[in-house]
Amino acid sequence: MEFFRFTRDIPFMRHALTFNIISLATFLLAVFFLAYKGLNFGVDFRGGTVMEISYGQGQAADLSRVRAAIDTLQLGEYTVQSFGTADTALIRMPLKEGASSAQLSERVMEALRADNSNVVQKRVDFVGPQVGKELYQNGALALLFVVVGVIIYLSARFEWRFAIAAIIANLHDIVIILGFFAFFQWEFSLPVLAAVLAVLGYSVNESVVIADRIRENFRKMRHASVPHVIDSAITATISRTVITHLSTQLMVVSMLVFGGEALHYFAMALTIGILFGMYSAALVMATIAMWLGVSRENLVKPERKKDGLEAEKIMP
Amino acid sequence: MNRYPPWKYLIIIVAVLFGALYTVPNFFPEVPAVQVSSIKATVKVDGALLTRVQNILKNANVAHGDGFVDPVGVKLKMPDTDTQMHARDVLQEALGDDYIVALNMLSSTPAWMEKINAKPMYLGLDLRGGVHFLLQVDMKGALDKAADRYSTDLRTLLRDPKIQSRGVSREGHTVVMRFRDAESRDAARNKINRSNPELQLIPRGEGDDLQLVASLTAAEQKRIQDNAVTQNMATLRNRVNELGVAEPIVQQAGADRIVVQLPGVQDTARAKSIIGRTATLEIRMVDETPGALEMAMRGQVPFGSDLFAERNGGPVLVKRQVVLTGDRINDAQPGFTESNQASVHVSLDTVGARIFKDVTRENVGKRMAILLVERNQSEVITAPVIREEIGGGRVQISGAMTTREANDIALLMRAGALAAPMEIVEERTVGPSLGQENIDKGFNSVLGGFIALALFICAYYRVLGTVSAVCLTVNLMLLVALLSALQATLTLPGIAAIALTLGISIDANVLINERIREELRWGAPPHTAIAAGYERAWNTIFDSNITNLIAGLSLLMFGSGPVRGFAVVHCLGIATSMFSAVFVSRGIVSVIYGHRKKLEKISVGQVWTPARETLEANFAAPDGAKLLKAEKGAS
Repeated sequence: MEFFRFTRDIPFMRHALTFNIISLATFLLAVFFLAYKGLNFGVDFRGGTVMEISYGQGQAADLSRVRAAIDTLQLGEYTVQSFGTADTALIRMPLKEGASSAQLSERVMEALRADNSNVVQKRVDFVGPQVGKELYQNGALALLFVVVGVIIYLSARFEWRFAIAAIIANLHDIVIILGFFAFFQWEFSLPVLAAVLAVLGYSVNESVVIADRIRENFRKMRHASVPHVIDSAITATISRTVITHLSTQLMVVSMLVFGGEALHYFAMALTIGILFGMYSAALVMATIAMWLGVSRENLVKPERKKDGLEAEKIMP
Repeated sequence: MNRYPPWKYLIIIVAVLFGALYTVPNFFPEVPAVQVSSIKATVKVDGALLTRVQNILKNANVAHGDGFVDPVGVKLKMPDTDTQMHARDVLQEALGDDYIVALNMLSSTPAWMEKINAKPMYLGLDLRGGVHFLLQVDMKGALDKAADRYSTDLRTLLRDPKIQSRGVSREGHTVVMRFRDAESRDAARNKINRSNPELQLIPRGEGDDLQLVASLTAAEQKRIQDNAVTQNMATLRNRVNELGVAEPIVQQAGADRIVVQLPGVQDTARAKSIIGRTATLEIRMVDETPGALEMAMRGQVPFGSDLFAERNGGPVLVKRQVVLTGDRINDAQPGFTESNQASVHVSLDTVGARIFKDVTRENVGKRMAILLVERNQSEVITAPVIREEIGGGRVQISGAMTTREANDIALLMRAGALAAPMEIVEERTVGPSLGQENIDKGFNSVLGGFIALALFICAYYRVLGTVSAVCLTVNLMLLVALLSALQATLTLPGIAAIALTLGISIDANVLINERIREELRWGAPPHTAIAAGYERAWNTIFDSNITNLIAGLSLLMFGSGPVRGFAVVHCLGIATSMFSAVFVSRGIVSVIYGHRKKLEKISVGQVWTPARETLEANFAAPDGAKLLKAEKGAS
C-alpha cells in the first residue's frame, strides 16, 4: 500500500501567492469572528459557577422544572441547558458582586432537591474573579513562552527566516482554531487552552520536518533554484505529513467518539489544529520562508563540516 | 549489519521489565480498607496501635485482612464494604476522639511490589471524585488584627507619668499617638523603640498637636502574613481531620492561598461548613457553687451550666455564659513564667482586652475555663485560677503543665482561631459517579485510538509497521509505568495527553519508515536503507520533539490543576516516545533483519518505484542511495 506516487515535484511555489491569499483570507475571517463575536470563555476564565446535575438513568432532566426551581431563589441571571445525555443538565451562574458564591451551589441543590429528590450533583466548578483573571493571564503567558521558545530554538537550529516563517504559520493555525471557537461560540476552557498549546508544539513539528528537508535538499541539489528545492522538499515529505496527521487524527477521533462532553472541545481544537497544521506547514511556512529570502548560502555553509561527519556515520 | 551490541539489548530488556513491573499494579483491583490516624501530633501512630486495632476488631468479631503502618496512619484491608463500615464504627467507639477512623480504598497490589514503590497511578480529583477548594487568606485582615494588637500594647506603654499622651487610635494599618509636647513624644519614641523594635515610628503634626505614627516594618508585615497563612493551614488541617477523609491535602499555594483537597468526600455541604467555620475557642467562668459539681456528677446539671471533662483531669462545671470567643485572640505562644513554670502567653485584641480586664477584676480568686469547641463538642483545655486583675490584653496561663502541654495548648488556641479571614476563591467538586465515568471515557479513548492506530500502521508498513505497533505498546507501557512510579497525579486531560502522545509518537516511526522506502526506491540495498533511514530521521525526530517539549514545559510552568496533569503526561510521553520509537524499534528491526547477511527484501509495505530516469530527473537522491552510487563509482 502506498498512497502517494509522485513522478515529479509538484510546483507548489509557483502558486505561492495564491496560497498566501487563501491563508490571509482564512486568517482575516478568523480574526473578524474573534473581534466580532469574541471567544465564549468558560467558567475557568470568566469566573462564576457551573453545576452539572443528573436525575439518574432513564429519567430525563425537565429543564423547565429546573428553571422553575431555581427561579424561587431569585438569583438573577443564569442559564440551564441539557448536557450530553438526556438525564443531565448544566446550570451556569455568572459571578455576582458581593454574593458569597461558595454557598450558591448548596442553595441551588436544596431547591432542586425540594422539586425532585432524585437529583444528584455530579460536578460543581466555582471560580472567583481573581482566579479567573489569573488563569487568563497565565494562559497568555504560556502562549508567549511557547512562541519565544520556538523562535529561539529554530533560530539556533536552522535560521531566523525559518523560525519567523514557522511561527507565523503556526500562529495562523492557532488563530484559525480560535476563529472556529468564536464562530460556533464553543466554550473555551482550560483543557481547550492546553489543546491549543499542544497544537502549537505539534504544528511546529511539521515545519521542522519540512525545513529539515529543505536544508538537506540545498546541500544535494546544488544547481536547482530555490523554489524547486522547496517544491522537492514538500513533495518528498507529503506522504509522511499525511500519514502522521492521519495517525494522530485517529487518536483524536477516538476521543471524539468515546471521550464524551468532557473531552469534546479539547478534541475539536486538536482536529482543527491537525487539519490546518497539515496545510500551513507546507504552504504557509515554506512560502513565507521563500519570501523572506531563504537561500543556499544562509543554510548550507555553516553545516558543511557536520554534514561530512554525518555521511560517514551512515556508511554501512 | 544493523546489529546492536549486547548492552543496547540489555537496556531495552531492562526498560521493558521496568515498564511491565510498574504497569502491573494498575490492574490489581482496589479493596475496601479502614484507616486510623491520630489527631494530635503527640499521639504516636506505630506498630502498637496496629496491634491494638487488630485486637479491638478480634474482640468484636470483625473479620479483617492485612494491616500495615505508613506515615499517614494504620491501614487495614477489609473483606467487603459492609464489614468496612462496621469496622469503622467499632473502631471509632473503642479508640475515642484522639483518633480518626476513615474509610479508604487500597490497591490489592502485593506487599513486595508496594515496597519497591510499584503502586497504581495516583488519580486526580476529577477521576476519583472529591472536593477541591482554593482559599484566599485576607492579608489586610491579618494586618488589621496586628494593628489592633499594637494599639493595645502602645496604650499600655504610654501609661507613664513622664509621658503626656492625648490618646492612641488605629488608622488603617497604622497606630497614631497624640502628644501635648515634644518631650513626651521623644520619651514615648525612646520607650517604644526599646520595647517594640519591629515598629517604624514617624513624627507628624506641629504646635500642641504632635503625633507619632507607628507602622509595621516591611519585614514584620511579611512575618505576620506568613504566620497568618501557616496558622490558617494548621486550623484547616484540624478541621479537615474531623471529616475523616483518608488522604486530605492542605497545602500553601502562592503567598496568600491555601489549597484543600478532599478526595472521596461526597457531602460537600458539610465539608464547606466545617472548613468555613470561625470562632472555636471560648472563655467561660467555672461554676463554683458549693455542691453543684457533685450534683452534676450525679446527673443533675444545674441550669445555666455545662459539665465537661478537663483535658487531663477531672470534671469541671462551666457556666454557659461566654466571656470571650476565640476570634478575640490574636496570638498564643508557649513560654515560661517568672518562676520558670511552663505557661501559655495569649494576646487579645482591643475589645477582648477590655472585657478580660473587667472580668478578671471582678473574679479574682475564681477559676476561669478555656474551652475548645469542635463540632459542637467542647473540651476544657485548662481552668486556671485568676490571681489578679489582668489588663493590656496580655494573658499568661500557667498551672500544672509541662512544656509540651504548653506547646499543645498554644497550638490549639492558635489553631482554633483563624489568624485572618479566608474566602473560597475556587471550588471544584466532582461526584464519585462522574469520576468513574471520566475514567471510563478516558480509558476507552486511549484504547479505541490505540487499536485503530496499530491496525492502520501494521497494514500500511507491514513488518516494519508491526514493529512500530510493538513500539507503540512499549511506549504506552513505559508511560504508564513512569506515571505510576513517580506517583504523578493523573487527570482526565492527562489521559487525553496519553492518547495524544501516542498519536504524535507514531510520527517518529512514520518518518523512519518513509525514509527507508525512499532509500529502497532509489535502489539502496535493504541494510543500507535501514541504517540510512534511522540515521537521517533521528535529527528530524529530535528537533520536532524539542518543539513539543517547549509547549509541554510552558504548560507545566503556567498551567494549574487539570492542565498541569496534561503537561506532566505530555512531557513524560515525549521522553518515552523518543526512546521507544527510535531506540527500541531499531533494536527489534535488528533482531528481525540484522543477522541475515544476504537480505534481499524488507517488508515495509509496497514501495512504488517509478522509472529510474524519472527519479533522477526530478528528485534529489537520499543519503544511502547516493553513498552507494559513490562507492560503485570508486570501485
